[in-house]
Amino acid sequence: MDEISCEVRFGRYGGRFVPETLVQPLVELAEAFERLRADPEFSGELSKLMRDFAGRPTPLYRAENLSRAIGRDVYLKREDLLHGGAHKINNTLGQGLLAKYMKKKRLIAETGAGQHGVATAIVGALLGFETEIYMGEVDIERQRMNVYRMELLGARVIPVRSGSRTLKDAINEALRDWAASYESTHYLLGTVAGPHPYPSIVREFQRVIGDETKSQILAEEKRLPDSIVACVGGGSNAMGIFTPFIEDDVRLIAVEAGGRGQGMGTHSAEHGASLAFGDPGVLHGAMTKILQDPYGQILESYSIAAGLDYPGVGPELAHLVETGRVETATAGDKTAIMGFKALSKLEGIIPALESAHAVGYAIEHPEMLGELSVINISGRGDKDLHTVIAYESV
Amino acid sequence: MNLSEVFRRCKPLIVYICAGDPSPDETVEIAERIVRAGADVLELGLPHSDPIADGPVIQAASQRAIAAGMNTDLYFDIASRIDGVPKVFMGYYNMVYRRGLDRFASDCKASGICGMIVPDLPVEESRPLREAASRHGIDLINMIAPNTPDKRILEIISLSSGFVYLVARSGVTGASADLQESTRHLIERVPPVIPRAVGFGVSRPEHAAELVRAGADGVIVGSACVDLIGRSELDQLEDLIRRMKRAMTEVSVKSAASIRQS
Repeated sequence: MDEISCEVRFGRYGGRFVPETLVQPLVELAEAFERLRADPEFSGELSKLMRDFAGRPTPLYRAENLSRAIGRDVYLKREDLLHGGAHKINNTLGQGLLAKYMKKKRLIAETGAGQHGVATAIVGALLGFETEIYMGEVDIERQRMNVYRMELLGARVIPVRSGSRTLKDAINEALRDWAASYESTHYLLGTVAGPHPYPSIVREFQRVIGDETKSQILAEEKRLPDSIVACVGGGSNAMGIFTPFIEDDVRLIAVEAGGRGQGMGTHSAEHGASLAFGDPGVLHGAMTKILQDPYGQILESYSIAAGLDYPGVGPELAHLVETGRVETATAGDKTAIMGFKALSKLEGIIPALESAHAVGYAIEHPEMLGELSVINISGRGDKDLHTVIAYESV
Repeated sequence: MNLSEVFRRCKPLIVYICAGDPSPDETVEIAERIVRAGADVLELGLPHSDPIADGPVIQAASQRAIAAGMNTDLYFDIASRIDGVPKVFMGYYNMVYRRGLDRFASDCKASGICGMIVPDLPVEESRPLREAASRHGIDLINMIAPNTPDKRILEIISLSSGFVYLVARSGVTGASADLQESTRHLIERVPPVIPRAVGFGVSRPEHAAELVRAGADGVIVGSACVDLIGRSELDQLEDLIRRMKRAMTEVSVKSAASIRQS
């Protein structure tokens, strides 16, 4: 009681820093997850949905042209080919089914750019939930199309007007909702952040990316890659692909949003690089690395990729970086745009601006990749065309 | 006067305000008016950018205060200028952690604060702060919610000092029209081995009276007062506190009389 058990912590990070009202719902969620992941009926149903509905397994594609251009053998893990256009569906299907088995009637979720909101709305429609998505007012303005998508899928989008009116405030608002609605409602958190058990649940639903990658690369190359590169906002696609390789001799590189530079203003930072530039602290229920001012107020982050625009990061990643197992790197807006265009031209694949950070980094730093590398293409870039057009016209 | 003494003397009315709202300069004067109106304990909030346990009224106050330049140094400066009432800190863990647990507890002591409420620090996570607070003679006040199981209530109580904060209803802070049956039930479920103060949703004199009748040892009012401060209605603020205190005292006097009669 006095100390929570060690599996909820990752070194000094993680934990469950939440109001007392949320403790019991989180305990019940952790118990349900432990029970159901061992239940063959649950895992059978989830695998079937992953295959027939989401489109798993995704290809591991040997990018010949990119490989030639940078002089390294590079494979792309094609999460962009999933239903919904990103890896987010792995987690929303998993948690949606979990909520169904827990007999919840309603899903709530936060969303920044709208990708997790759309993935939640898809699962809400599929499994018959009432679905409500919290989204910052500023983000609603920036992402009209995704708002419409969510509504089309039957979800209600609730504008968040508090704080900075972006992703971090949408999470606050979802937590507040859940504190009053937990009996009927599951909070479907979208990344490996938040209080225990979310970092573990989301990691386990996303690790399918890494599990597939491992067997695919072994089948193709008869060996493990020298490196894996993934972008990190909250860290769900990175933890998904890294997790099965933690014990292996593979370099794991987490690329954060370098944004416009390393500066930090009074209320905001010019980047989203919590692992690289953050300090330990508590945000959204977990001890992790966060962007904060000298008094502990949370700073607003910045990135051209909305999915990397978050002032915190998953606690397990903070731990893996502290122990030296995962290396951090940053790629700024400019590098991301370069990666976005390069992959489009070289391979005929338009990556999400988030994934483009990993691509851009790999192109600029081939020496970090070793001979054989895998880049996680966590999503497709159709959603980002207007952002890139706007960036170009400045 | 420490918190145990306060609860020995009366069933206190505990009033929350957000330090720095509307501005750091005005907080001391507002606190003085609250004390004059009859508040027994002042719960002085340190505003945070991400107050996950708070409803819209306290969120808005926190934003106003931060925009007005409020910070932790100013907080302790303000706290040390408020006299004549026991003071309790209320704030989120990151603000405490960032300053350093021991330094924070020591600053509390130096500015006359006798207790700490940290709403996002459940008991499992509280040992480091509990130890720091105890080194400086500060009570760390734990919260108990309507969904806290009985066994956990006993464990929370065993790790509490000063008083326990009973959360009247699920959800976040903010005024509500009526008290729920579950609140009465919660008071019954918490054994009276430590004073039990009830907050969340308390906004009217009749709520306060009802809680005292239901067995609460103290009543905490926040959003209703913060709302009046936000509208600069300080006379109404004093009036509300006066009426709440009176309503609570009347219940206490009546129940004392009925005990004498029986």
